[in-house]
Amino acid sequence: MTRIALLLGIACVTLISFYLFIVHPWWFPAGVSAHAPAMDRQFTIAFRLLGGLFLAGQFVLVAALFRGRSSSGDMPRSWYGNWRFEIAWTLAISAIFFGLSLAGEKLWSQMRIHDAEPGALAVEVTGMQFQWYFRYAGKDEKPGRVDAQRYAHPDEGNPLGIDPSDPAGADDIVSSTLVLPEGRDVLLTLRSQDVIHSLFIPAMRFKQDAVPGMEIHAHFKPTQAGTYEIACTQLCGLGHYRMRAAVRVVSEEEFRKWLDEKSKSK
Amino acid sequence: MSTANQKPRGFLRRCIFTTDHKTIGLQYIFLSLAAVLAGTFLSLLMRIHVVWPQAAIPFLGAIKPEDYLGYLTMHGTLMVFFVLSTAPQSGFGNYFLPLQLGASEMAFPRLSMAGFWLTAVSFLILLAAFFVPGGASQAGWTQYAPLSAVPAAGPGQALGTDLWLVSVAIFCVATVLTAFNFIVTHIRQRTAGVTWMRMRLACWTWFVAAMLSLPSFLILLLAGVMLLLDRHAGTSFFVPGGLLVSGRAVAGHDGGHGDPLMWQHLFWFFGHPEVYIAILPGMGLTGHLLSVFARKPVFGYKPMVWATCAIGVMGFGVWGHHMYVSGMNPYAGFTFSALTTAIAVPSAIKTFNWVATLWGGRIRYTTPLLFSVGFVSLFITGGITGPMLAQPALNLYLHDTYFVVGHFHLIMAMAGTFALFAAVHFWFPKMFGRMMSERLGALHFWITFLGAYAIFMPMHLLGAAGHPRRYSELTGVQYLAPMEPLQRFITIAAIVTMSGQLIFLVNFFRSMFRGEPAGPNPWECTTLEWSDASNVSPVVQRGPYEYDEKDFKFQI
Repeated sequence: MTRIALLLGIACVTLISFYLFIVHPWWFPAGVSAHAPAMDRQFTIAFRLLGGLFLAGQFVLVAALFRGRSSSGDMPRSWYGNWRFEIAWTLAISAIFFGLSLAGEKLWSQMRIHDAEPGALAVEVTGMQFQWYFRYAGKDEKPGRVDAQRYAHPDEGNPLGIDPSDPAGADDIVSSTLVLPEGRDVLLTLRSQDVIHSLFIPAMRFKQDAVPGMEIHAHFKPTQAGTYEIACTQLCGLGHYRMRAAVRVVSEEEFRKWLDEKSKSK
Repeated sequence: MSTANQKPRGFLRRCIFTTDHKTIGLQYIFLSLAAVLAGTFLSLLMRIHVVWPQAAIPFLGAIKPEDYLGYLTMHGTLMVFFVLSTAPQSGFGNYFLPLQLGASEMAFPRLSMAGFWLTAVSFLILLAAFFVPGGASQAGWTQYAPLSAVPAAGPGQALGTDLWLVSVAIFCVATVLTAFNFIVTHIRQRTAGVTWMRMRLACWTWFVAAMLSLPSFLILLLAGVMLLLDRHAGTSFFVPGGLLVSGRAVAGHDGGHGDPLMWQHLFWFFGHPEVYIAILPGMGLTGHLLSVFARKPVFGYKPMVWATCAIGVMGFGVWGHHMYVSGMNPYAGFTFSALTTAIAVPSAIKTFNWVATLWGGRIRYTTPLLFSVGFVSLFITGGITGPMLAQPALNLYLHDTYFVVGHFHLIMAMAGTFALFAAVHFWFPKMFGRMMSERLGALHFWITFLGAYAIFMPMHLLGAAGHPRRYSELTGVQYLAPMEPLQRFITIAAIVTMSGQLIFLVNFFRSMFRGEPAGPNPWECTTLEWSDASNVSPVVQRGPYEYDEKDFKFQI
């Protein structure tokens, strides 16, 4: 009786879970960056493979309950173990896990080891409790020096603390929206003013922690115009849940117009 | 068991400051019970707040975002340290390791006592954080610097965090002493005939868990001291210069080159072995129980031992998989990913062997067996997402989302707790001389098993959709709005499952006083601890002079 209950119970949770993952009423948003298709492909392979192992594992567990014996007698030697089985399933599972892992390494290399494409747009991202700021270097393509402790005055329009005496900083554009041109690599330099934050753009399949005291470089290429949301994914204090921003991807032309507008209004 | 020369002892020496390993084991178990009740209550508050942020809780009022983070931090700390790192090892280990090795006591009984009282003091200091100005720490049980290092970074980051650090430091000392005690006990206290390869699997896992605990908790102690120094002594281990928090410059670290990542390296160097410390005793017990209730030897005892040791050794090499997007050198992603994938293999071997132990057995469907089968099911489910998270390219998306929360709750929290429930039901007759109710046990099992899946499976979908973790509300980031119905489902499932735990409490306490009296070996076990009379009064079954055709019948 109990084993029927276990069969039904385990079958229930397994099949409902499996169904949920296939139908996935909540799932990845559409990927709009250059590496998104490759990442999504890797995810699909992983879900299918691991999903299959999940089904197989639960099935074999339940099957074991029904492969009982009724008579008692001496313990057969095979009950103590079977080296052939051990080697076989160890090799099989190693092949599956390592195969999956190796398949993903190339993608990691492309995202994080390889440099951004030449001509990439450089944008500096600064996180602070509980706001993101994005800085563009302006016409001179050199960002000004920043010293938050000395110069940062959010209520005077200088939240990042750009050194007013540095000429390179005079034309810097600071925005609370990350505006990007479509089809061009963007090289982000992530910084933080206070604690660790993390820039997460689900639609771009992009995430990188912003660590105080460090300047971390990471790049991606948006491939579709639109507005996408940014969330903070490193616990940073009581406002962590509302530390959001937006990425606005526009055509190259519109992007230049936006830059010009912002430069003029300085 | 030398009872010959014991002086009569008062209540204080017998029950409070005792060196008797069985009493100490029970003390730890009851401490963990208090911790799990507190931790579960906190998670109830968290789940309610996430979906009903304006709700007013009776006696507590409305929950503010900083309160939520305090509950979250304490929930994690209580559960990981005072439940999963205490009950399986120090609780059941202190009680049953000597019995399973045929020893009369642990190697250093006074260390056992010191360990318990340090743990108890640590527990009280931790809880005190709720009642100080600013409240409990809000940086999560992981306490990443500089959030944890700068008192001005949030309410709860001042005195609340200091208390957290002091509590954990004391816990580290207690655990290191206990681990040392366990290791020496394994080496020195095995009775004649108990070779290493004849030890029960549970003993092996206690041994490997202790071997992991010793260095890893020392590292955590070191890191905690460094953090306290950063906070109060002007050092800059983890705090760089030039920080501006809430419009005010952070003083005392000017020109410092503190490295926040250093905290993460130290913490996770402890933190990853820690999760194996939490689950290894449960794995050992599950193998043991599946064998007992399938009336079959453990399939592949030697491979099980080697797999346990492999998990232990490799467990020290994978900490970076918590840090792929932390700003750590991306080349390190390859090495940590290779080792993390490797460590999945011995875990899989153990799973195969558990199923093979059941296969062809004459299975007795007792409550401990139910929870052991549940352990294997949850271990498979929680473990299967491990290889996905192990890959840095995929981890990049899933890191710090609910996907991870679902993963570790299934494989560590739920599986670990199932092993604890199995342990309680299994060893109850030994501890209290009575049986727990099988009917209530089965009912409790089903609610918890189905509930665990109902709560944590949907979290994988939330993670896939990009739902970050540690968010106190869904009202900030807009793309979370469509996920509210799923979050509400999880909360309802959690409320039902938590209510179901009352059945366990009723069963536990009622059976202590009114459970059916148990014989000396009610489960018909083969292992050593059942050959010894219980420490509670034996229940005599027959008169003093009964003989039969064979020879004689024991009274008990």
